[in-house]
Amino acid sequence: MTDNINDQPEGRVPARVIGTPPSNGPILGGEPVHEVKDVPGVIPPDPISARKAERVVALLFTITFLAGVAFIASYVIFQVGTIDKTAASNYALGSSLSIALLSLAAGITVWVRRIMPKYNLVQERHPMASEPETAEYVEETFLQGAGESGFVKHKMLRRTLLLAAAPLGLAPLVLLKDLGPLPGTALRHTVWGAPTKDGKPRRLVVEGTGQPIRAADFDSPGGILSVVPEGYEEDLNALAKATLILLKFRPDELKSGTNLNWTHDGIVAYSKICTHVGCPAALYEQTTHHILCPCHQSTFDAADGAKVIFGPAARPLPQLPIGIDSEGYLIAKSDFKVPVGPSFWERGDAEAEAREQKA
Amino acid sequence: MDTTPKPIAGVSTFLDDRLGAGSFLKRNMRKIFPDHWSFLLGEIALYSFIILLLTGTFLTLWFKPSMGEVVYSGSYQPLVGVKMSEAYASALNISFDVRGGLLIRQIHHWAALLFIAGMMVHMLRVFFTGAYRKPRELNWLIGVGLLTLALLEGLTGYSLPDDLLSGAGLRITEGVMLGIPVVGTYLTFLLFGGEYPGHDVISRFFTIHILLIPGILLALISAHMILMWVQKHTQMPGTGRSEKNVVGAPFYPAFMAKAGAFTLFTFAVIALLGTFAQINPIWLFGPYTPADISAGSQPDFYMGFLEGSLRLMPSWEINFLDHTVSLSVLIPALVPLGIVMTGLALYPFIEQWVTGDRREHHIADRPRNNPHRTAIGFTGITFYGVLWLLGANDEISANFHISLYETTIVGRFAIFIVPAIAYFVTYRICIGLQRSDQAMLSHGVESGVIKRLPHGEYIEVHTPPMEDIADHIRGKKEIPVVESGEDTDGIPPKGARTALGRLRSKMSQAYGTDHIPLEEGHGHEEHAAIGAGDHSDGHKDGH
Repeated sequence: MTDNINDQPEGRVPARVIGTPPSNGPILGGEPVHEVKDVPGVIPPDPISARKAERVVALLFTITFLAGVAFIASYVIFQVGTIDKTAASNYALGSSLSIALLSLAAGITVWVRRIMPKYNLVQERHPMASEPETAEYVEETFLQGAGESGFVKHKMLRRTLLLAAAPLGLAPLVLLKDLGPLPGTALRHTVWGAPTKDGKPRRLVVEGTGQPIRAADFDSPGGILSVVPEGYEEDLNALAKATLILLKFRPDELKSGTNLNWTHDGIVAYSKICTHVGCPAALYEQTTHHILCPCHQSTFDAADGAKVIFGPAARPLPQLPIGIDSEGYLIAKSDFKVPVGPSFWERGDAEAEAREQKA
Repeated sequence: MDTTPKPIAGVSTFLDDRLGAGSFLKRNMRKIFPDHWSFLLGEIALYSFIILLLTGTFLTLWFKPSMGEVVYSGSYQPLVGVKMSEAYASALNISFDVRGGLLIRQIHHWAALLFIAGMMVHMLRVFFTGAYRKPRELNWLIGVGLLTLALLEGLTGYSLPDDLLSGAGLRITEGVMLGIPVVGTYLTFLLFGGEYPGHDVISRFFTIHILLIPGILLALISAHMILMWVQKHTQMPGTGRSEKNVVGAPFYPAFMAKAGAFTLFTFAVIALLGTFAQINPIWLFGPYTPADISAGSQPDFYMGFLEGSLRLMPSWEINFLDHTVSLSVLIPALVPLGIVMTGLALYPFIEQWVTGDRREHHIADRPRNNPHRTAIGFTGITFYGVLWLLGANDEISANFHISLYETTIVGRFAIFIVPAIAYFVTYRICIGLQRSDQAMLSHGVESGVIKRLPHGEYIEVHTPPMEDIADHIRGKKEIPVVESGEDTDGIPPKGARTALGRLRSKMSQAYGTDHIPLEEGHGHEEHAAIGAGDHSDGHKDGH
């Protein structure tokens, strides 16, 4: 902008306020205007300033050269491997690259602003629509071509062509069918209901260690344990539906929502897969017995059948019927009675169905 | 330079003889590009895209898009011996065993964020200045398509490293897909090749992420550029600028050099971020398992509004005839995105219908001069903003010690109230700014000179504004209003007789009526020019 250009002779006239024009002097500001070539709208730079600018640009381009060399050197000098070495290599490569790019960019900017002319060139615009004669010609040609092709006149040709196109258009979609199997009833079952090799009930094991859980040892009320089915500890497809949270309550803490027949000595197992969109509901607040899903904050009351008390989930976390085997380890007595995880179209009110079956 | 250097002359003659390149260059070398800072916003997105292509290609040289299980044996000690997918292992390998790999990975991620952020602010610029109007509606639609594809591109890319955080995003995608009525389970099983997570999704997302979507993006971006080139860029109002011309700098050499410098600046900033601002440290998250999650997980910023809308939703679900419609998933996942994207795509055409304006527009509006459009824009921004903020309500709750549930409940009301307030406030601000423009043109600018009149009254002397600023303000154009007036017999015009027609003329009236028309130079006493007589060349006011 133009500033500091009205050196008024009289002291009583105040400095100019931004937005007002100078009361005298050239409209484009104080720099001398050198009209070297007589091209309207191209205002050449001041030669002295341009010479100074050239030195600045040259310095910046030299910095880019040096930083570029430093980048290649850093690649050779700094090896990766440990965290510290990788960090050093990252800083060396990144900062030399950044400096090279930054100073090249700055150099070109100074070049444009101080060595190239200032432009105020004007170009005409024309309406986007073509001239009426052109449009008329195109229309005539189109109609002529359509007539020549016989597409309009020969009905059978036209109809069979459309007929021919339809199945070909569908073919790519048909080809996609083998992307995956049909869902069937897969979403209604988990591996907790699958028979084991030796025919014994499936044990609950601790996620990560794979240790079976002796009911008598899991006795700290308030504790929460992430549990997976024995034999499927690393099967991600199985874990995506079958992972459990295991909690222990004092008998007086459990409310009517929890099915006591499916507990063992105050130990309750709920599906860990949130009924909203399937994140693991992994957070537990001991004092309130609230299970919280960290994704969208659906909150379930663990003491009351994991019913929803806040958030977008619409259904409680399903409860797994558990018991103990002859050695005292926790086992699944059956599969979940309702599908676990997010809702889906074919699901229906599985909870009501389960209640009816029981009654 | 008086003669063209031989090598250049040789090559150009060769090309001209074969392609006739001369006539193309004759028309385009000195193509004029108008200047304004806001015109650079779209360029940020464009240059980020170029950086994404370059760095992405580098990453594919080492990345293995496979969900096959391997035992990690690379340089990162804490995970040695851990079973993980080949995808995650190769992402770790890029980070710790390839020199510059971590840098390029971080640059790629930052460039992706800047790509989408650049598109968003560019789109807001185009919206608020009305640069989407005829003849640019097609380019606007291409832009909406680009933004949608970019979000999808981000989602697929984010899922590739197969770490615990990216897997959580994938799981949410699956949960939302399952909720789609009738076809949800089928789509999910097709995408994942069976049950979630299966063994196919990473390699499928890889193909979508590096081939399918970038190919479409490249084609659409080229079309976007060609249309911009053919239609010539819009310009801001100002001295010597009209609907029939373009004023600015020529493509060769000035704009070319500026664009080159800006590419480098963009790259430099992204490189600085990639060097010093750690992003997505996948080695801290561990390999994906559907059984685990870390608290405080946040998606990339552009997915935050979807996360927020999912969190905001009350638990609504409909069961009928053995089927389930889970509104608590479908509404938040589809409605806000649908409102924003459909609204954007339709806006040029709705505006045209309301105003009946079929003219070409090449002078950009100042946002204040179309207060209803600007207010609608800010309504959209606050709607998006509230959802986005709610996507981080756990962080807000933890950092500001507010109850988590209270943030959600406040959000459920705020999503309706705040955009409404934003509409009203923006509208009033626009009207206020128009008033100040009007005041500047008619009364001039405060000069800071206090003058005492002969009868003792003190006034502040006003001077007319600088010509270029005044011309900028005078660039305001009236918004057409469709005819709704009844004729002499009290019969409304044909189009305005139906209920829709009446609605249209009412909306048009509200949208187009100029409450603050510009008028110049009706003077008052205080208009005495600066020390009349002190400066013979001082600007006199219009009275």
